[in-house]
Amino acid sequence: MAGMSTAPVLEVAQGAKDQHMIINMGPQHPATHGVLRLVVEIDGEIIVRVYPEIGYLHTGIEKTCEAKFYHQVVPLTDRINYLDPLANNLCYALAVEKLLSLEIPPKAQWMRVLLAELSRLNSHLIWLGTHAMDIGALTVFLYTFREREDILRLFEAVAGQRMMTSYIRIGGLALEPPLDFLDRVQGFIKTLPEKIDEYSNLLTGNPIFRNRLKGVGYLSQDDAVALGVTGPPLRASGVDIDLRRDMPYSGYEKFQFKVPVSNDGDCWARYEVRLVEMRESVKIIQQALDGMPEGAVKADAPKIVLPDREKMKTQMEALIHHFKIVTEGFAVPAGEVYQGIECGHGQMGYYIVSDGTAKPYRVHMRYPSFPMLQALEVMAKGRMLADLVAVIGSIDIVLGEIDR
Amino acid sequence: MGETPTYMGKVAVLEGLGEHPAVKAIIGWNEPALTDAKFDFGELTLTIAPEAIRETCATLKAAGYNAFDDMTAVDWFPASPRFQLSYHLLSHALKERIRLRVLLEEEEPAVETITPVWAGANYYEREVFDLFGIRFEEHPNLRRIMMPDEWVGHPLRKDYPVEGYR
Repeated sequence: MAGMSTAPVLEVAQGAKDQHMIINMGPQHPATHGVLRLVVEIDGEIIVRVYPEIGYLHTGIEKTCEAKFYHQVVPLTDRINYLDPLANNLCYALAVEKLLSLEIPPKAQWMRVLLAELSRLNSHLIWLGTHAMDIGALTVFLYTFREREDILRLFEAVAGQRMMTSYIRIGGLALEPPLDFLDRVQGFIKTLPEKIDEYSNLLTGNPIFRNRLKGVGYLSQDDAVALGVTGPPLRASGVDIDLRRDMPYSGYEKFQFKVPVSNDGDCWARYEVRLVEMRESVKIIQQALDGMPEGAVKADAPKIVLPDREKMKTQMEALIHHFKIVTEGFAVPAGEVYQGIECGHGQMGYYIVSDGTAKPYRVHMRYPSFPMLQALEVMAKGRMLADLVAVIGSIDIVLGEIDR
Repeated sequence: MGETPTYMGKVAVLEGLGEHPAVKAIIGWNEPALTDAKFDFGELTLTIAPEAIRETCATLKAAGYNAFDDMTAVDWFPASPRFQLSYHLLSHALKERIRLRVLLEEEEPAVETITPVWAGANYYEREVFDLFGIRFEEHPNLRRIMMPDEWVGHPLRKDYPVEGYR
C-alpha cells in the first residue's frame, strides 16, 4: 500500500546523535516474558523512548476461527493466554451462549466460577514467581511453581489436560468433574492462604524488592484509562472497576468478595493489589465449594451440546445428534455480541459476529495485554534501564495474547 | 435471558431507548450523525456516519463513556458497503458498554483516527490497518503491527485465503 513505512521504528533525533543510543531488548530476552522486542532510546542509562515491536507470535488465530465450527474454536482459545486457559474458554463460551440465548444450569455456572478463579490463581502465581525472579529474588519462583503444579494437577483431573484444558464448552462443561474433585480443591485452598503469607514474608519486607518497585513505573489514573489499561494495573492506579462485581457474568453476583484498589499507581501497588486478589480468589472458591448446587453440568440443548458418551452409544437419537454436531456443527442466529470478563491480566472480551451459519463470520478477541503495552513508555520514561524489567514484570503480559 | 426487548432501526431505538445516556448525548449533539441503531442481545449498537466518528467519540466520552474498550473491523465482502468498524466503549460510572458501528465503502476505505480522544486506540487502529487495509487519517504512527512491514495484502479480508497465497 502506498505510504507504507519500512523505516527503522526508532531513530535518534538529529540534535542528540552524540548522546543518545538505540538498543534492542529482545525478542529473545528472559525478562520480556515471551517474544517481545523493545527498541529503547537511552541517554546513558536513562530511558528516553520505548517502542514495543510486536507480532513475532502472530498466528492469525482470528482468521483460523472463521474456518472452524463454533465448537471447534474452543481449543484455539486456550492457546491465546496459556496462563489463564479457563478464562479464555469461559469468555468465548459466554459470548456464543449469548447469541444462542442458551440457559446454563446452576452447577455448570458455579463450576465455571470455581475454575475461573483457580485459573486466575494460576496466572497470578506465575506472575509473582517470574516478577520476583526478574528483580533477583529467585527463591519465590520455586514456591509459586510448587503451588501452580497443584493447580495444574486439578486441571488435569477435570479436563485430562494440564494447560490446554478446553474444559468449558458452549452450553456448560465438557463432562462431570471426577467425584473427589471438590475435596481436592478444598484441600488445596485450605493451605493456600499460608502459602501466600509465605510469599509475602519473602518479598514484602525484602528491602531490595521494595526499593526496586516502590515509586517505579508510575501510571496516573487518567493515563491508565486513556491508554486502555485494565485489570490489576488499572485498580493499582485508583480506578475501582472489576467486571466480576460491576457487570457480573456466570453468576458472580452471588459471590461476596472485595476488590482491592490502590492510589499509588506504581509497581509496588500492582504487587499489593494482586496479592490481595489472590486471597480474595481463595474466598470465592470457598464459597463456590460450600454452595455448589446439584444437577447437570450441560444445558438441555441436544442440537448444540454433545451427548454423553454412554447415551451416544445406546440411544439412536443421541447418536444422530452427535453425528450432526460433529459433521455439520450447529447454526447460530445472525447478529453480533460482545462479552467481557475479568481475567487474571485484566478485561478480556470476545466480539463475535454471526451470519447465521455454523461457522463464526468474525471472531475478535480483546486481550488486556495488548493495550497495556502502550502504557510501557509512559511508565518507563525518565527511569533507569533496569527499571524497565520491573515495569514489564508488573504489568504481567503474555505475548500469546498480544500477538494472537 | 430472552426477556430483554429488541429494537431494530433508528426510529424504534429512539422510541424505546430515547432516555439512554448515549442515545441522548448523540441526539442532543448532532442528530444526523446517527444513521441507524439497534438493540439486541442486550447490547446497544449505534451506526455513526464515518465523518462524524471522532466527534461522536468525544461527545460520548463527555457523556460518561470514559473508557475505550475495543475496536475492530468486519469485512462483509462482497456486499456493499464492504467494511464495518466496531468500536466498543465502556462507562465505568454507568457500568455499561455500547457499540459504535461505522460502515465504509470498498474503494480506499479511510476514516479519521480517534487517538486524540483515546490514546489507547493507537494499537487497535494499527491492527485494523494492518489486517484489513483501512486507513486512519492523522494517525500518529500508521504502520503494520502484526505482519512484517513489507507484507503484501491484508490477511483478515474475506478474499484473502485462510492458508495464505502460495
